[in-house]
Amino acid sequence: MTVAKRIIPCLDVNDGRVVKGINFVELKDAGDPVEIAKSYNEQGADELTFLDITASSDGRGLLFDIIEKVANQIFIPLTVGGGVRNCEDIRNLLNSGADKVGINTSAILNPNFVSESSSRFGSQAIVVAIDAKKVDDHYEVFTHGGRNATGIDAIMWAKKMADYGAGELLITSMDRDGTKSGFDNNLMKSISNSVDIPIIASGGVGTLKHLVDGVKDGEADAVLAASIFHYGEYSIQEAKNYMHEHGIEMRL
Amino acid sequence: MIAIIDYGIGNLKSVHNAVRYIAPKTPSKISSDPDFIRKADKVIFPGQGAMPDCIKELDKRGIRDVVIESAKKKPFLGICLGLQLLFNESEEGGVNGFGLFKGKIKKFKPSNQMRIKIPHMGWNKVQQTKNHPMWRKINSGSSFYFVHSFYAAGVESDFVAGTTNHGEEFTCAIAKDNIFAAQFHPEKSSELGLQLLDNFISWKV
Repeated sequence: MTVAKRIIPCLDVNDGRVVKGINFVELKDAGDPVEIAKSYNEQGADELTFLDITASSDGRGLLFDIIEKVANQIFIPLTVGGGVRNCEDIRNLLNSGADKVGINTSAILNPNFVSESSSRFGSQAIVVAIDAKKVDDHYEVFTHGGRNATGIDAIMWAKKMADYGAGELLITSMDRDGTKSGFDNNLMKSISNSVDIPIIASGGVGTLKHLVDGVKDGEADAVLAASIFHYGEYSIQEAKNYMHEHGIEMRL
Repeated sequence: MIAIIDYGIGNLKSVHNAVRYIAPKTPSKISSDPDFIRKADKVIFPGQGAMPDCIKELDKRGIRDVVIESAKKKPFLGICLGLQLLFNESEEGGVNGFGLFKGKIKKFKPSNQMRIKIPHMGWNKVQQTKNHPMWRKINSGSSFYFVHSFYAAGVESDFVAGTTNHGEEFTCAIAKDNIFAAQFHPEKSSELGLQLLDNFISWKV
């Protein structure tokens, strides 16, 4: 017996509204982050991740309101990512009620940002998100949704971020993201075996078996998914039961 | 009145949110005011991060003594680092904790037999090792949310209230007289975490 594997639904937020996952029939207001967060909590989500995709600076303030409202009513860990640029951003998010923040591009622009923020807020609060894509025979870190290559080797980068004080890593395969063909478990396993900190697998989930494969083949400590939960194909509880039936330790 | 000790570290707001959610009529306040802490009926002592930093921050605010004083006489709930600080010795070095419990704070180590991730992060089962009012309406074996790299080792068995397994079995809850402390985060452990906080609010020592 050991720590349970986690299922983490990811909600995309734009201008204060959840833009994916609006097919919950039982919700009065389907775009309301609080309603969706409540529903996921009731289904047994182990954590929640909010990804802010708001482009305008006006809309960005709304994120703090959302986090505050969710944190007032839902008592599971909340991670917020998207546009986190400096320690001030992190402090504001934590003060709003986030437990962890995701750092992606800012870490690539300035790796010391990760060490500074983890020593200031504790490594438990810092999740480094890595978007990786297969290039020839290795994986490379990309930014801007997989458009911009950085030339950085993803496995080396993962090790470096762990050394710099990241508390966990969120690994997204840009080759698999949106394809529903399963995680890139070769990528996940390579990183999971290279670091001591937990890794969250992301990108490509289309079936419940993919979640099992992410843990068994990819050796992920947590699995993140969006569309299979948002569009009501499966509930979190179904996913947890399925994983449990396949021999994975889950919180049921 | 419940005082939630503020020493500039950790997500105090989530603890406060959870307390207000379950007991909207019980007054509670995040505070670093020694007088307020002294007058409070109950004290919640949260914490995250490194022990040396926490001691430094407590001393900066001049509240180490009042926190120790509270831990000696009124219902006192330590959370995460708030458990670790009740011990004396730590592998983190450089500082001593409050010395209210015997034992030593150690870091998890990966072993060859069983690979573990550090920090121990996520939901894990807590086996209750003694009856306690703080476990009211919570079954032994229930899951709580953890995030930590250090744990209390060598705790006297009389004071162990719960254990968890992460590579090896470790003490995750301790209880002595008016003190209860948990390595996990009740404020992040959904319904059962709220139940534990509710038990604290109704706990009569």
